[in-house]
Amino acid sequence: MAYTGAQILLECLLQEGVDLIFGYPGGAIIDIYDELPKYPIRHILVRHEQGAVHAADGYARASGKVGVCLVTSGPGATNTVTGIATAYMDSVPIVVFTGQVPTHLIGNDAFQEADIVGITRPCTKHNYLVKDVRQLAFTIKQAFYLARTGRPGPVLVDLPKDVIRATTELEYPATMTMRSYNPNYSPNRKQLRRAAELIAASSRPVVYAGGGVVAADSAAELTQMARTYQLPVTTTLMGLGAFPGTDPLWLGMLGMHGTYTANMAIHNSDLLISVGARFDDRVTGRVDAFAPKAKIIHFDIDPTSISKNVGVDVPIVADCRQGLLGLMEELARIPGVDWRAKHAAWIEELTAMQQAHPLTYSQEGQYIKPQWVVEKIYSITQGEAIIATEVGQNQMWAAQFYRYTKPRTFLSSGGLGTMGYGFPAAIGAQLAFPDRLVIDIAGDGSIQMNIQELATAVSYQIPVKVVILNNGYLGMVRQWQELFYNKNYCATCLHTNPDFVALARAYGAEGFLVERPEEVEPTLRQAFAHPGPVFVDVRVEPEENVAPMVPAGAALSEMLLV
Amino acid sequence: MRHVLSILVENEPGVLSRVAGLFSGRGFNIESLNVGPTLDPTVSHMTIVTVGDDQIIEQIIKQLHKLISVIKVVDLSQEQAVEREIVLVKVNADDSRRADVLRIVDIFRCKVVDVSVDELTVEITGDGKKIKAIVTLLQRFGVKELVRSGPIAMRRSMQLVD
Repeated sequence: MAYTGAQILLECLLQEGVDLIFGYPGGAIIDIYDELPKYPIRHILVRHEQGAVHAADGYARASGKVGVCLVTSGPGATNTVTGIATAYMDSVPIVVFTGQVPTHLIGNDAFQEADIVGITRPCTKHNYLVKDVRQLAFTIKQAFYLARTGRPGPVLVDLPKDVIRATTELEYPATMTMRSYNPNYSPNRKQLRRAAELIAASSRPVVYAGGGVVAADSAAELTQMARTYQLPVTTTLMGLGAFPGTDPLWLGMLGMHGTYTANMAIHNSDLLISVGARFDDRVTGRVDAFAPKAKIIHFDIDPTSISKNVGVDVPIVADCRQGLLGLMEELARIPGVDWRAKHAAWIEELTAMQQAHPLTYSQEGQYIKPQWVVEKIYSITQGEAIIATEVGQNQMWAAQFYRYTKPRTFLSSGGLGTMGYGFPAAIGAQLAFPDRLVIDIAGDGSIQMNIQELATAVSYQIPVKVVILNNGYLGMVRQWQELFYNKNYCATCLHTNPDFVALARAYGAEGFLVERPEEVEPTLRQAFAHPGPVFVDVRVEPEENVAPMVPAGAALSEMLLV
Repeated sequence: MRHVLSILVENEPGVLSRVAGLFSGRGFNIESLNVGPTLDPTVSHMTIVTVGDDQIIEQIIKQLHKLISVIKVVDLSQEQAVEREIVLVKVNADDSRRADVLRIVDIFRCKVVDVSVDELTVEITGDGKKIKAIVTLLQRFGVKELVRSGPIAMRRSMQLVD
């Protein structure tokens, strides 16, 4: 039986287990939309293609499955670029299908033509222009295979209109192998042994875990290793949830807005065990002063991450889960070590430091402190919510003052730092988990970058709760202007913010305004109990800063506002 | 340090752009780049000459490997390799100087591939040193045009141990 390209695409999606896609139709892909109602695939019509990609990304991060988008050619395709770059920087598995003008018009500056394969080449794991319908099924198989294996990432498949309309037989390959792509999952035994020996010899070890632990679903292994061998743990922003934030071995997040203890632990450590983290500049500060006394063990699935920014002593290219299991096997073989006693003094020192230098703020007077709002969200939800964030101060407070105990419960644009990510990502996560509470912790600046998705949330009654920490500023930039630019508040004051409550209601959602401290908890409870999408506009202290802080380019030991 | 990278890639549209984009996007240098077919029509061969310290070269090789279209990368600088480049050079050679030009062409075992009343076009094949030597000598007569292919290289069959 002959299938059209459109039918092949949808059949292949079924084969891949896809039952939900995010998209926006247009002339170049109308044939796919013409077939779509015949398939058991739910389509979420977003209001901007960037929202589709972030939603697919949020869906993927929360569920571990591949997120899928479908958009048209030209502007539809170019609107996905920020979303794709966001997923690329944070290694999120998504597949984006873009329409394209018919093959005979490619290169002719046709209506709604853009060279999206050329444009997204540097921000996809791989991308394809399908020129022959007979290649379509194979290409889709490869796209999903690449997106979810190795270091996951976004893959784009560009579909010219004539290819979508052409017909051929459907043969979907059952498996995929590629001569040019063979990610290495299993760790090298010799390196594992060296790593275990270094851990046995160390007296001040620290585990520095990143998003790779979450991506490899190895939070349980990480937790088991840390507890068994008494290793204090810090994570990157992307690693939040990979280790329980309530555990006594937890030091808090490290880096620019990490805890004093996490950063000093790195500074004083004699052995850094990095698992699925990539030594980003927001984590390391000045690289030549990063972990100056430590030997470094580095687990990563991506060889390019190893020794890219910081030279390491024991490189281990592997999947984090297999790496951690292997390391624990080797550690178990080391005889005669009382692990609890060996690290007791170090852990005691760090615990004392945590007590002396906690993350802090003071909730007093008429202003509502944003940190206090985040703590209230934590206590009301008892840490059981999925939290998405925007980017800036809201993101850092959400990272600092909510304790994440499970992986895939913190969704944030870490690498690219995309304002406008959180709301659509929360929509995607909510669709993956319809019965869970999903909250976007937002700022008044960021929320306006994809606020049109309110219409999406309302039309499908996706009950996402958006808590806007409204300080009337682009707060993080304002903070830098205050600290490093002589309070020259150029272009950071948002004095013409809309009435978010009225706006939410105009879209058909619920809106609440919170202006006094005593209103915070009851209103949040009311909002979280509301069955539909909600905006909560919380007017917080306008000039509150995120603390502590390592200034850009300084060493981790040079923290301000401790 | 100068490195010669020998790269096998899938012969598909856009692969040159992926490789070139990697170098420009990450701020690596390309001194020369050469692409051609292999005996297998699905595979192309690239030779890239680049410069960088050990850490940068290591990153370049890893990043090239990471590209889905790249099948194999070999750093020929670490092995004994044969390296050749081809150059076409158009030299002033009127009657009074033609004999001098031809003598140099002969000494270096080059080939004259085109001739006119006052010009000779010479084909030079060799490694970088030889090319530099002959081009320097020919410049005395006036070089009107010069085109270089960029080097290609191949690992020697017999690897002599130092």
